[in-house]
Amino acid sequence: MLEAVNVSLESLNLVTLAPMLTMIIGGLVILVIDLLKKDLDKTLYVALSIIFLLLNLGATVTLEMNQRGFFDVMFIDGIAIVSQLIIILASLIFIPLALTNTKFHEYSYPEYFAMFLFMIGGFQFMVATDNLILIFVGLETSSLALYTMIVLHNRDKALEAAIKYFTLGALAAGLFAFGSMILYSITGSVEIYKIAEVLESRNFEPLALVLTASIFIFATFAFKIALVPFHTWGPDVYEGSAAPLAGYMSVVPKMAAFVVIMRIFEMLIQSGVVWIEYSFYAIVVLTMTLANIWALVQTDVKRMLAYSSISHSGFVMAAIMIGTTQANSAIFLYWVLFLFANLGAFTMLWVSHHKQAVKKQISDHPFSKFSGMVKQSPFAAAIMALFMLSLAGVPPFSIFWGKLYLISSVVNSDYIVLALIMVINSAISAYYYLKLIVYMFLKEPETDVNGEVYLVNATLPLKFVLGIAALFTMLSIFAVNPILDFTTYYVAMSGF
Amino acid sequence: MDNILSILVFFPALAGLLGFLVEQKSIKAYVLTVTAVEFILSLYLWVMFDGNEMGMQFMEQIALIPAFGIQYLLGIDGISLFIVILSTFVTLLGVISIADDTKDIKQLLISILFLEMTMVGVFVALDAIVFYLFWELSLVPMLYIIGYWGGPNRVYAAIKFFLYTFAGSLIMLIGMLVMAYLYFQATGVWSFSLLEWYRLQLPFDYQLWLFVAFFLGFAIKVPMFPFHTWLPYAHGQAPTVGSVILAAVLLKMGSYGFVRFSLPLYPDAAVYFMIPIAIISIIMIIYTAMVAYAQEDIKQVVAYSSISHMGVIVLGTFALNVEGITGSIFLMISHGIVSGALFLLVGVIYDRRHTKMMSEFGGLASNMPRFALIFGIMLMGSVGLPLTIGFVGEFLSLVGFYDVSHTLTILAGTAIIVGAIYMLSAYKKTFFGTITNEANKGLKDLNGREYATLIPLTLLVIFLGVYPKPVLEPVDNSVKAIVSLMHKKAVTEEAKEIIPEVKLNREDR
Repeated sequence: MLEAVNVSLESLNLVTLAPMLTMIIGGLVILVIDLLKKDLDKTLYVALSIIFLLLNLGATVTLEMNQRGFFDVMFIDGIAIVSQLIIILASLIFIPLALTNTKFHEYSYPEYFAMFLFMIGGFQFMVATDNLILIFVGLETSSLALYTMIVLHNRDKALEAAIKYFTLGALAAGLFAFGSMILYSITGSVEIYKIAEVLESRNFEPLALVLTASIFIFATFAFKIALVPFHTWGPDVYEGSAAPLAGYMSVVPKMAAFVVIMRIFEMLIQSGVVWIEYSFYAIVVLTMTLANIWALVQTDVKRMLAYSSISHSGFVMAAIMIGTTQANSAIFLYWVLFLFANLGAFTMLWVSHHKQAVKKQISDHPFSKFSGMVKQSPFAAAIMALFMLSLAGVPPFSIFWGKLYLISSVVNSDYIVLALIMVINSAISAYYYLKLIVYMFLKEPETDVNGEVYLVNATLPLKFVLGIAALFTMLSIFAVNPILDFTTYYVAMSGF
Repeated sequence: MDNILSILVFFPALAGLLGFLVEQKSIKAYVLTVTAVEFILSLYLWVMFDGNEMGMQFMEQIALIPAFGIQYLLGIDGISLFIVILSTFVTLLGVISIADDTKDIKQLLISILFLEMTMVGVFVALDAIVFYLFWELSLVPMLYIIGYWGGPNRVYAAIKFFLYTFAGSLIMLIGMLVMAYLYFQATGVWSFSLLEWYRLQLPFDYQLWLFVAFFLGFAIKVPMFPFHTWLPYAHGQAPTVGSVILAAVLLKMGSYGFVRFSLPLYPDAAVYFMIPIAIISIIMIIYTAMVAYAQEDIKQVVAYSSISHMGVIVLGTFALNVEGITGSIFLMISHGIVSGALFLLVGVIYDRRHTKMMSEFGGLASNMPRFALIFGIMLMGSVGLPLTIGFVGEFLSLVGFYDVSHTLTILAGTAIIVGAIYMLSAYKKTFFGTITNEANKGLKDLNGREYATLIPLTLLVIFLGVYPKPVLEPVDNSVKAIVSLMHKKAVTEEAKEIIPEVKLNREDR
């Protein structure tokens, strides 16, 4: 005899779902509009996406902290709110980049925009729950949408990138399912806090299974964040995707994955099983160092930025490993600052993107393309240099403050050696960022390149986005304190 | 004008931004005016400065990131006052020295204005992070100046310069973060203010590590042996104005850092490392002097001699007594004036002949007598002839160190005297004898622009050599404050003994 389940609307607490629902409804609305009338312009869809993102923002801002909803699978704590805000912010910066002069294949499909909104919904599910199944659902929703968005770029390399990403993504999904399964089998729960309780009460026995599960789950997210040695897809996929999407990929999916790792591994690292901490340590160091060294030898700016973003993830992983409140709020500070500088840099590439590759170029954005850029368009060169200096961590530009606070948290937890490794890596990374500056400012322009090439895509919305990113990067010194107060409060309130 | 320091720091940068509007042909007049105003402002600062006051003056304080204890904190004392004036003065002369037909002169001049902001900023910042901010930011315009207007190998030199200093200062940054954390542990408040840090008495082993972290950052900038390898490249490739500013001001950031950070924060570690650092300094003096002797490029001779003299400055600083430190600060100023002038002089012949090889010259004294005269005076200032500016600082530094170790001082003193050989031989090769190279016959003596830069420097070399008191006295007062602070803060017996107790006789005046 089945018992009747009585569900009242209040107990569902649908407010917690509101942000994701906005995204899903938004996606459906776009699809319906496309059904009703064909051949509508991309500007409409961009505008609609922005409107739904703003609604989403409104719904997220009004969320109250530490509540559960929807049969207790939704879990809104401080880091869920902060990370959702970052995801929405990055999306708001990303979507106007579709408004280019040149017609690109992907933007002619309304599905692209619907997929985009679904993807954001997926990411938001990932961060706003501590239920392994819902994390899985969010992960897959967002990933599948993302693969499709990449392939819509419709070039050989885009196809290659999407397939590569898809194959490895499918593998990662499998690993996650296995890991969750093992955790479920030893604890009888799929909710992280319950798993933690059970494991702690049992003193992390059976250890072998716990370790296997953590390896599986860690590998999943290491794939998503592209940590060494799971990074091999990264640069290829970035190179194959359109520049803004590559920039977006280096920020938003990683943000979501960081939050999940924080939730799952915070307890495992504190478990006293040193093995987990050591492997974390090793991966952090390898990710920062190797990615930096690979970035040194790249000849294409986009690939260089891909490796550099891997190295930046290594920095953030160090903070996750430390796990103090300061470190955890440093993650969000770092990522907000990184968001502007990195999206700005990718936008600069996008602005100079040609539909047909320029003659004699092996890739879209080789360093030589930017040779002597300051002569042709000094203002654009200065902005690009600003982003590069910021990524290199030269004060007072944005990422310096993130690095400062993050390294400070590392120092405060007595990881002096790690801090030294981090600053040495910063020094190495300065070289490849400088390389682009050297090309732009110190080399002579190549003969058959005229100034048009750098601003071929620049429409007013793109310039506006660039302006915002540049302003923020330049004046971030005034933004650090409010962001820090905000993130520290939310992180501390959610007990991280 | 309460916020004169902020004006001094940001005026050049704002004027630089505005400078983008000015047309290429008129930009030199514009920048000249700006740097002249800046120089006058810094002189005004000197007039307003109370020479009897030991502590910081003209303080400004604005909270920047209160959550992390970072504040915009500026102030100036006798030590930084003259380095600031030196910076604005050298920048002004550097701007005058730039020829009107330099390529892309507008970018060059605007970069110099931004560089001036960072230089003044470093010397007036009293918050470690603000100090670090200006310190790092100074690399960017210099990278551009060396990398764009430099010689054939300029890009390599520029990047080497950037990466060396950047790596060193990042390690210093860790030192700053640890220091802030220790302060946080002691007081429960985050602070990067240097004045707050001064009050923190640290255990000996912490001091050692932190001292090393800061030392790496400063030593690379000075540059101390064996971290000096970037400097000859940078000088060799940089345009004249770049070398002038680099030698006269940027190197002083390192030696200033020793006085401002290393000594008062870590007195015991300073005592502990005193002899090793003195030995490194003496190696630096002797070794680079020998290398200078072997050079065929006259600019490299000046560059290596400049490193050699930086060695004397560090030696004086680590005498850890009032005479030594005062002498080293005076030497920083005189080294700024003399080496700046020497690079300008090298620039003069480079402009005419486009070579710096001494073998190409010889007998220049016969057709460029005035040039030879000024070069001679500067050379005497460089080797430290009495009654020139170089003598005062060198003498005081050595006197200061004589208290510490007789042998080392005598060694250093001999090295300095012997070091004069390379300068004199370079002078001989370039100026004396008969003109052997046809190309040198038609060379003209100095022109008006060159007089305008060299005459003031020559006058200063002689005036301050004869009568150094106006500079020495305020410096001496502030140094006394630092030494007495070190004595008070020292935790080990040994340090208490070595660092003299200074009577702060305020009532006497």
